[in-house]
Amino acid sequence: MSKKEWPLWEIFIRSKAGLNHKHVGSLRAADAEMAVENGRDVYTRRSEGISIWAVESKDVYASDPTEADSLFEPSDSKVYRHPTFYDVPDGISHM
Amino acid sequence: MKDINISELERKFQEKIDKDIKIEPKDWMPDDYRQTLIRQISQHAHSEIVGMLPEGNWITRAPNLRRKAVLLAKVQDEAGHGLYLYSSVETLGANREETIDDLHSGKAKYSSIFNYPTVSWADMGAIGWLVDGAAIMNQVPLCRCSYGPYARAMVRVCKEESFHQRQGFEIMAQLAKGTPVQKEMAQDALNRFWWPSLMMFGPNDAESKHTAQSVKWKIKRHTNDELRQMFVDATVPQAELIGLTIPDKDLKFNEETGHYESGAINWDEFWEVVKGNGPCNKDRVDTRRKAKEDGMWVVEAANAYAEKRNRRKSA
Repeated sequence: MSKKEWPLWEIFIRSKAGLNHKHVGSLRAADAEMAVENGRDVYTRRSEGISIWAVESKDVYASDPTEADSLFEPSDSKVYRHPTFYDVPDGISHM
Repeated sequence: MKDINISELERKFQEKIDKDIKIEPKDWMPDDYRQTLIRQISQHAHSEIVGMLPEGNWITRAPNLRRKAVLLAKVQDEAGHGLYLYSSVETLGANREETIDDLHSGKAKYSSIFNYPTVSWADMGAIGWLVDGAAIMNQVPLCRCSYGPYARAMVRVCKEESFHQRQGFEIMAQLAKGTPVQKEMAQDALNRFWWPSLMMFGPNDAESKHTAQSVKWKIKRHTNDELRQMFVDATVPQAELIGLTIPDKDLKFNEETGHYESGAINWDEFWEVVKGNGPCNKDRVDTRRKAKEDGMWVVEAANAYAEKRNRRKSA
């Protein structure tokens, strides 16, 4: 019989209809079904959720924090993407 | 990147800490910071798990169904808290099962309070009120800890912990206004748990070798003595309100400082319990070790079942 440890799963919870799933933490489980069951017991003991996603941690590909500056630079340098960049003449109350 | 030396990385790291920017798992961190957190979070996790044992002792003997349901829910929460913490210690690259094996081999510590026996029902009251009360004092500042996953786990824990303290205080308050025998039970539990609860905050600041560095790294926000003082100030009036007496003949209120002053703590007892010579140390660790060994077949059976299910899916 295998002595291998249960894999690690990342757990995401949708707290109510209309909201997105949000990462809450991780847990160990033998397979995806068990990860959902354990996620219920570990992360929703007080009605915190109506839906659970379980993703095996090894399948998460993440950006590198040391490259965050260059990765996100394009969005920092484009102030014209924000409405506050534009002049709106007096007399226009809603736009 | 390759030209950046360690001291430059450390300077940048401390700069982030000073600006209250959280450290996340993949960020660079000094090795000592990582090791300090692995030690602290895993010992915190072990405390939650071992902490189920003294209370589990009374689930089948709770005086009524309401108390039993509450105690069951509380013990289940403690298991959950242990799991949040093992999950955050794994983000630091530590292996969950290895940290658990360190507990079982005696290498890792857990809170010394759980090495005291629970001999009467009133101890369930004293533990909820005092032990969870002290734990809350410790844990609330940890919600602002510099390490993101630990801080987030603490937010969840603290939300759940406040019911733990209230249910304990309710048990004590009820016993204290009951028959003389019941009141005596409550007082006896307070007598036995008061000093060990004060010891939960750890050695005096002058003796605490990790405090200064942990404060600088914002792992700790208050020193042991500051937290202990906050606990005493909060708890003494609660005891008075329900007519119980704090077992400290030197305890007095200082009008000038607005704080209570406690008598001397018996640190010899504290160190004996930490070293493994408390009333229940051996029993607690043996019970945990046996639970893992006896439960291994469940781990293996679940693996076998998962493999079978996978084979069916791919067939």
